[in-house]
Amino acid sequence: MTEQKLPLRAKLATSVSRTAAALSRAAGRGDGSVIGGWIGLKIDPQLLAHLAAGRRVALVSGTNGKTTTTRLTAAALGVLGEVATNSLGANMPTGHTSALAKAGPTPYAVLEVDEHYLGQVIEATTPAVVALLNLSRDQLDRAKEVAMMASLWRDAVKGRDVEVVANADDPMVVWAARAADKVTWVASGQRWHDDSWVCPQCGSHIERESGVWWCTGCDLRRPTPQWRVEDDAVVDPSGARHAVALQLPGRINRANAATALAVAAHFGVRATDALPRLAQVASIAGRYATVQREGRTIRLLLAKNPAGWLEAFDMAEDAPTLLSINARDPDGLDTSWLYDVDFSPLRGRRVLITGDRAMDLAVRLEVNQIPFEHVPSWRRALAAVPSGRLEVIANYTAFQDIRAELDRVN
Amino acid sequence: MSTDSIPHPRARESALRIVWVYPDLLSTYGDRGNLLILVRRARARGFAVDPIEVRSDQAVPSDGDIYLLGGGEDGPQALGAQRLNADGGLHRAVARGAAVLTVCAGYQLFGSSFFAKGTKCAGLDLLDLYSDRGPTRAVGELAGHPDPGLGLPLVTGFENHGGRTHLGPGAKPLARVSVGIGNDGAAEGAWHGRIIGTYMHGPALARNPALADLLLRWSTGTELAPLDDTWPGKLRAERLAAVGATS
Repeated sequence: MTEQKLPLRAKLATSVSRTAAALSRAAGRGDGSVIGGWIGLKIDPQLLAHLAAGRRVALVSGTNGKTTTTRLTAAALGVLGEVATNSLGANMPTGHTSALAKAGPTPYAVLEVDEHYLGQVIEATTPAVVALLNLSRDQLDRAKEVAMMASLWRDAVKGRDVEVVANADDPMVVWAARAADKVTWVASGQRWHDDSWVCPQCGSHIERESGVWWCTGCDLRRPTPQWRVEDDAVVDPSGARHAVALQLPGRINRANAATALAVAAHFGVRATDALPRLAQVASIAGRYATVQREGRTIRLLLAKNPAGWLEAFDMAEDAPTLLSINARDPDGLDTSWLYDVDFSPLRGRRVLITGDRAMDLAVRLEVNQIPFEHVPSWRRALAAVPSGRLEVIANYTAFQDIRAELDRVN
Repeated sequence: MSTDSIPHPRARESALRIVWVYPDLLSTYGDRGNLLILVRRARARGFAVDPIEVRSDQAVPSDGDIYLLGGGEDGPQALGAQRLNADGGLHRAVARGAAVLTVCAGYQLFGSSFFAKGTKCAGLDLLDLYSDRGPTRAVGELAGHPDPGLGLPLVTGFENHGGRTHLGPGAKPLARVSVGIGNDGAAEGAWHGRIIGTYMHGPALARNPALADLLLRWSTGTELAPLDDTWPGKLRAERLAAVGATS
């Protein structure tokens, strides 16, 4: 295997998978990324494994926060040397293959992995560390049920020689991670509980009280975390507190930083060395970006599912807030998840709504007794608010639409 | 059986009891929305409302006025049917004439049998129907013309299920399908007495406020003052236009 040969094969696989993706979209069969990845690996099933060989790899997976945590982890490992990463969020094997091919030979790689592909990517890349963040409902019209996903994860890490870094506060993640031999538990928190009231191990009810959870029917319970978040600090396994000054907002991003530090620690990176690098991360493919436009200070928050919306409300400041909802292929076609989100944290703020499915949102907010104004376009939204801060919370394609209006801000 | 012949469960002196059955097992497609919408529409008419969430390890009260069941995956659906049959509270409530809206997996388990994880499971036998597996998964917009006996406008929702449902003579279709699959491509949902079963989520009552009011009329026995349904009206018009459904 030569250096020259690999990128050529990677190019071929990527090119064919792109064509397949375009055909799939044109035929209305899906968003194309699944069939594209499938065909890319059909051409050379070993391509990803070849590209990963010789690198120390960390994988990051979960329903929410995986793009951000991947970026933070890559920043932390940057202390050691060059890191290959799929920073554009192309998180299936074709994306991993292209990212590694493009990066050339690097000693380290940090890859964001779509939850459905974790087993396959562990198989291909033999990672040193796998970070498991959380599992919750996402894209109802096609995603696997949460317990099924946890079961797939469990099979993926069972009997593997890998360090697992897992969220102690998510019962589904804990059940999956317990199958691994070596686990480092991080208290990352869980704001969204509605997919983990039933024990994945025995079917009994899960109780929660002051930050601790346990199954009422079997031995599944919250493990004692080695890493935790305490106010604005991360506490490491030795009990040392590290002040975390991130540009990224919200408690959830301090938790993501704790996971990144725990992963990096397995590579020998000290938290004190990594933290200045984490503090440099300002936005990720437009997420959390702050943009100045016509006297408005606009911040973009992406929220793709109920758990993500709860986190976004925690991050958004008390300012006029624009909500935008689409239901195109990448978003999932079903908007019923809107009723899984309690929008009451927005009460008292000026709320504007837009997007393809603004009417669904209008009915939802009316039921939630949140006053709102419907604006037909981004331009009209911007014109409707006074100078000062505007918080924007949008789901995937709605976010991309607004990002395009802002010259594809990163 | 005409709904007029069923005695109303209680005089409206106490709060309207709306019971959401097993949200821990059967709540996949924004099913909480149906509860929130009923509560809001009842309160807007001046009714006191007592919303009750019954977990699958709790007894189902039999003295509720409206019962709601939602969608779920195969495992929780089979478990839900087992526990509801063992509990008996929902059967007693239906015998008393309580109103029911049951959706998707919840709808299937109201019949005599359904399939979950490849196994035929005993249902609650509260609607004259049974469900089996269809050749394809039905995913997408669903619209149809309601049974004339219900006095409803077009129904609209989003469906996502792998089952097909077959009605016996004791149940009428909720609607004749114009877009989507529903039970079998021709009929959607079922109703009998004061029970309505449907494959529509969205949730169903967000897009079909008249269906919410039908449940409230059944359980209160009174006519209801109209509400300002500007936004639900716009949502209905948009969704029906998007799929080309017309009356």
